[in-house]
Amino acid sequence: MSETVTTAAEDTGRGRLAAAARADLAGLKARHPDAFRLSPKNRALAILVPLAIIAVAFGAMVALDFSLFRILNGLSRLGRFAVLMMPPAPEGRFFVFLSALGETLGIAFLGTLTAALLAFPVAFLAARNVIPNIFVHFGTRRAFDVIRSVDTLIWALLWINVVGLGPFAGVLAIACSDFGSFGKLFSEAIEATDGKATEGVAASGGSRLHQVRFGLVPGVLPVIASQVLYYFESNTRSATIIGIVGAGGVGIYLTELIRVLELQQVAFLILMILVTVAIIDFISTRLRLAIIGNKKFV
Amino acid sequence: MATAIPVLPEPQARALASAYAAAVSVRRCRGAAVLVTIILLALVSGWLADVRPVTLVAKIGNFGSFIGRTIPDFSSGNVLADLRAWYWNFPDWLGLLGQTILIAYLGTLMGAVVAFALCFIASANLARSRWSRVGARRLLEFCRTVPDIVFALIFVIAFGLGPMAGVFALAIHTTGALGKLFAEVVENIDMKPVEGLQATGASWVQTVRYGVLPQVAPGFASYALLRFEINVRGAGVMGFVGAGGIGQEFLVAIRNFYYSDVSAILLMIIATVIVIDLVTEQVRHRLIGFEGAR
Repeated sequence: MSETVTTAAEDTGRGRLAAAARADLAGLKARHPDAFRLSPKNRALAILVPLAIIAVAFGAMVALDFSLFRILNGLSRLGRFAVLMMPPAPEGRFFVFLSALGETLGIAFLGTLTAALLAFPVAFLAARNVIPNIFVHFGTRRAFDVIRSVDTLIWALLWINVVGLGPFAGVLAIACSDFGSFGKLFSEAIEATDGKATEGVAASGGSRLHQVRFGLVPGVLPVIASQVLYYFESNTRSATIIGIVGAGGVGIYLTELIRVLELQQVAFLILMILVTVAIIDFISTRLRLAIIGNKKFV
Repeated sequence: MATAIPVLPEPQARALASAYAAAVSVRRCRGAAVLVTIILLALVSGWLADVRPVTLVAKIGNFGSFIGRTIPDFSSGNVLADLRAWYWNFPDWLGLLGQTILIAYLGTLMGAVVAFALCFIASANLARSRWSRVGARRLLEFCRTVPDIVFALIFVIAFGLGPMAGVFALAIHTTGALGKLFAEVVENIDMKPVEGLQATGASWVQTVRYGVLPQVAPGFASYALLRFEINVRGAGVMGFVGAGGIGQEFLVAIRNFYYSDVSAILLMIIATVIVIDLVTEQVRHRLIGFEGAR
């Protein structure tokens, strides 16, 4: 009862303020001209930028053969697929899927670990505060960029040519593409440390190597560990699709089942992936919080 | 200048030293436990993932010779003709690369629009009902957990082969990823303008438009551009499942051992990705500068 009374009072209070403001609009405009005036440049930008974005989008749709007919057709077919997916059922292949998921997790873990172990020493070369030589750290950075810009699936195709089809190619593919990302992230973490610890080691007579080992590494290790865990999370997702090109894991089943429209099994498999990813996320988030404490960044 | 270094009395020093040793040994034990766990997990994963180091060592030479074979033949002495022979299909590849970028652009734009609509409902400080917020969050989570290429596989069957399937697949994944980031931006805003607007009797939509949007627009644009970079990489492999872009051509080249084509296309992809990274990075720095100046 009392609640309704207060809200009603509030409403009239708000209404009164708004009405007063509206009645005195001309006066307000005269007294505070800046609040009502948009600069012509800002106004032009506010109109032109969205217009340009939309124009490019329409051009892109034309260039990519969008047609309303195909969209509607596809949507109705998607609706039928959704019905066919119900209820998700493994149809006797639960343990096959489970072992494929295990393989996926193995690929993700080993790929991430290898990438981290390889990137850790190289990242010091790319850090400005360790190697002041501009050619070395700039060159290392660009090398990381090149490695990073090649997608995991492309790496998988390349490695399949070397070690053959199978999960091992997947491990190497994830290790390669993450090597680039880790190199960049680790070197940034190393550059973000404050130099006091290193100076302290230097002041007590430590060599360059001592400075890195006792001044830098203890500071960056928690950050790096948390980044590695984060990438492990995201790699469990990448590893589920790496089988699409034949590099092991659950992706091979996913591709085949979708191609032959065994949609109940597809739905079940996707559910299994979602659950696995959720479990890994949960564990790794817990671990990350334990490592870096409840900090905002990373 | 002589400085007397104070020395602790013997028993006190010994107590401190033993406490230090105990603390260090606890840390060492923990470190060793972590190391052992990691090694065990690595062994188990190695068994699961069928790792064959012997094969790697035996065949690592293949990688070198593979790379070697992809290097085009530059021996005829006429550099221009060699270059032309290497990039014999350049106009087609350029067109496909353009298609790849357009797929990424449209996918990012569509995903960003949907994410924009959902993020205000999914943010803790603006959502009006708890259930709609939880629902929006779960939806976004689903969209970003299923990999984009899995959506592409399904859409290729539903919409037919071609870039349209790739665009929709990227759009759905982008919705999930951007929706979460956008909601976090909205949750970090300064609530004073919002309260001010509510006090003047503004509706929810008006509050969002005048109180929230000016604060979050630079952050949104910056995240959308970052996503565009990621989507260019994603669109590059959409062709592997027949969803448009340069990926199809690359797959054909690598499966049929057209070695010089592999290197030609790969170099084009790398160059495109790096150029787009550099451009969006510039724009993002500009945007963040805006935010600081405001």
